[in-house]
Amino acid sequence: MAVDKKKLKVVNNITPSVDGKGIMQGRSFYTDDLAAQGSLVIKILRSPHAFAHIESIDVSEAQKLNGVALVLTYKDVPHVSFSRAGQGYPEPSPHDKFILDEYVRYVGDEVAMVAAVDEETANEAIKLIKVEYKVLDPVLDFETAYENKSIIHPEDGICEMFPIGFEPKKNVAAAYEMEVGNVDEEFKKSDVIVEETFYSQAQAHAMLEPHSSNARLDEHNRLVIYSSTQTPFHMRRILATTLGMPVSQIRVIKPRVGGGFGGKQAFHGEFFCALTTLKTHRPSRFVYTREEVFGASYTRHPMKISMKIGAMKDGRINAIDCRTLSDTGAYGEHSLTVFMIVGSKVLPLYNKVDAVKFGGRVVYTNHVPAGAYRGYGAIQGNYALEATIDILAEKLNMNPKRVREINSMKEKETSPIFEIMGEGTKGTAMIMESCKLPYCIKRGAELIEWEKNWPRKKISDTKVRGYGMAIAMQGSGIPFMDMGSASIKLNDGGSYMVTVGATDIGQGSDTIISQIVAEELGTTVDKIIIYSSDTDLTPFDCGAYASSTTYISGNAAWKAAQKMRARLIKEASTFMEVKPENVEFDGKTFVSGDKSISLVELSTKMLYNANLQQVQVTESYYGHVSPPPFMAAYAEVEVDLETGEYDVLNYVTVTDCGTTINPMLARGQVEGGIVQGLGMACFEDVKYDKKGNLLSNNFLTYHIPTHKEIHKLTTEFADSYEPTGPFGAKSVGEIGIDTPPAVICNAIYNATGVRIHKLPITPEKILKGIKELKK
Amino acid sequence: MIVNFYLNNVEVSYSIKPGEYLAETLRRHGVKSIKVGCNESSCGSCTLLIEGKPMMSCSVLTASLEGKHITTVEGIQEEAAKISKCFSKQGADQCGFCNVGFALVIYALKREYKNPTDEEINNYIVGNLCRCSGLQSHMKAIKEYLKEE
Repeated sequence: MAVDKKKLKVVNNITPSVDGKGIMQGRSFYTDDLAAQGSLVIKILRSPHAFAHIESIDVSEAQKLNGVALVLTYKDVPHVSFSRAGQGYPEPSPHDKFILDEYVRYVGDEVAMVAAVDEETANEAIKLIKVEYKVLDPVLDFETAYENKSIIHPEDGICEMFPIGFEPKKNVAAAYEMEVGNVDEEFKKSDVIVEETFYSQAQAHAMLEPHSSNARLDEHNRLVIYSSTQTPFHMRRILATTLGMPVSQIRVIKPRVGGGFGGKQAFHGEFFCALTTLKTHRPSRFVYTREEVFGASYTRHPMKISMKIGAMKDGRINAIDCRTLSDTGAYGEHSLTVFMIVGSKVLPLYNKVDAVKFGGRVVYTNHVPAGAYRGYGAIQGNYALEATIDILAEKLNMNPKRVREINSMKEKETSPIFEIMGEGTKGTAMIMESCKLPYCIKRGAELIEWEKNWPRKKISDTKVRGYGMAIAMQGSGIPFMDMGSASIKLNDGGSYMVTVGATDIGQGSDTIISQIVAEELGTTVDKIIIYSSDTDLTPFDCGAYASSTTYISGNAAWKAAQKMRARLIKEASTFMEVKPENVEFDGKTFVSGDKSISLVELSTKMLYNANLQQVQVTESYYGHVSPPPFMAAYAEVEVDLETGEYDVLNYVTVTDCGTTINPMLARGQVEGGIVQGLGMACFEDVKYDKKGNLLSNNFLTYHIPTHKEIHKLTTEFADSYEPTGPFGAKSVGEIGIDTPPAVICNAIYNATGVRIHKLPITPEKILKGIKELKK
Repeated sequence: MIVNFYLNNVEVSYSIKPGEYLAETLRRHGVKSIKVGCNESSCGSCTLLIEGKPMMSCSVLTASLEGKHITTVEGIQEEAAKISKCFSKQGADQCGFCNVGFALVIYALKREYKNPTDEEINNYIVGNLCRCSGLQSHMKAIKEYLKEE
């Protein structure tokens, strides 16, 4: 039954973040703030070669250095292949990584580890390790990777957990094909066909807190890991399996996390901290340098996407064929899942087609590994699809907004893709119970004055404003796979302790879950004490990824709060000696006829006086569907025709994410996503030299958007209610990032006539295009 | 070597290595509110005030600070609470790793400028990166804080 949004007192109301004040005052504790005193400092010797075999390695000098506690090479660590992707079990990513290996597969890959009393000593010891490499031919162009004579993973002992198209001898990490109907037959019927190829680049997460972890042994000699992670429970499982330890001997604590964006779904230094502490019985800590964050963690998967779309004269799209090649770099974390999203969370936007085909490969190269990054697959697919839609519209001589209106998803509709494609596995059929995309398109057009402004407005002889648009969708968790849970404990005095495995990584899930619990229990957020996440103390949660926290963990918290409410009414009825069904509870007082008892009194009595017990409930939730949030985005871009430089003057979005649990945090998610997406669209670029050395390895060579580039963001939400979501909510964490590459590409085309097929859209490329048009 | 300076108006005397930077010295002495994001003065997370001016503490040699006044967020608790209120109101709160640096730089901005223009604000804070927010919310929050008496 739908909740009346007008009656909500906490949810859908602006509520300050529960932790905002403390964080600003400096009382927040991030992973490295919590490292034990006297921790050994861990440093890694990294490969100077893009691809090489370690012929010999001599660590004797390093070991002799005063202050060095431990040196590890591939000879000293368990030879167990695993995936660092940080996914559920069994993982849809290949097990192609060893803690340390005799091969190094990118510049920055781990060669050896040193743990020493301080950083200086560790760095000194690193220099004393003598390595003889046999340098191999690297694969640095992903279009040449397939069946290349250089095989990046020639080693034994690597595997897939279930069929994902893993063919390492051909440099293939994963492959996938699907077809609904027969696209070739449908294209024969099309009046108009467009076919375009787009390239999207690697992007760096650039979260401000570097990857950090530390380890210690507790008084039971159990291994305690503090980690800046999005997936503490997966980490516990994967550490246990890889190190050959029981899960019961490992505790993973996620303190405050300084930004993740998918980059902290995967694991970084945790294995080295664990091994150091287990072997030396001393605490250890590992903080990536910024250079390591850029050069030895993960990037977004670069892709080549060819999009072929057929349509009838009236604008109806009848067939789409999408061929994709993805570069997973040296290791295959998220290779298949990111790849499949290019189809599964992009192509259903145009669900009226008679046939749709999607497929291709994910190949290994000797680049920094690609991994999960906010909006993964969707942003790459959206760029190719939504730019091609504009090209199609021009060929049809139609307004691109009209093409989208005719063909896009509407409420109560579906797409066959949902059932066919999941994340690495089969998908789940679903009907769009909430889809305000038509409203989003209409409202966004009003805000940017589309009908008046599109396609361009001349400002002067050298300045033109172009207008572009795109639409997008995402999901809300992975059905039947992602699970979250929440426990609520009643304290004396009538407050509640909420423990959740859901990982707040800055997106505000602690606040959102507090709001959901407070709303259901008729109380205020200040009566909620929330704690996340700790594998010893909090119930399980798959972690913060796949746009799942508000929907999955939020639903778990809502269920737990409903259970707590029923339980409190039952206990109050016992005290009042009345029937539970006759008890009313307003959050403060239980009333039945002329009898009443306050929550404060009830909660205190149950701990000290009568009917003695701890009232605590736990509930879990997993999705049966993954309701997509939708968005329409528009931009006004001013281009200098003499230089190719441009400014994004206004970026307008209207989002349907169901009920916004916290309207300001939802805005923060959308706008934060847009700005990261604009970074990718406009200038962010992971660059290598010809030998595979990373050139963009600090904030000076890898520029992220600052206050100087970002002007006006106009952000609105549609009035929408998702019946399966907590108080009607869907996800909002990723949708914001999806549209900027396509929107900017379309706006630049409308301003200049130059279509950029390769991200980022730089002034140089635009100017070159302008000059070519003049020829 | 020993260096003496004023930390939030309290005189302190720290034993340091000659090449040590301020962020490291203070974190080693338990001032964990200082966040180090890049260690090469390009992200602004470690900002604190030296003689009232915002500086990136990862790149200031501690040995150069003899007799100087250093302010961390512990020294501007009430102002940080006010700034937080403005951030909350505008939805500028996210992971928080940059927040302490922002609190200090915004506090300094307010003391240095009367009615700054948008461009002046931008120039003042551009060295403090934030990867989470839409940045526009920061601007709104900062303007609101600047307006407060």
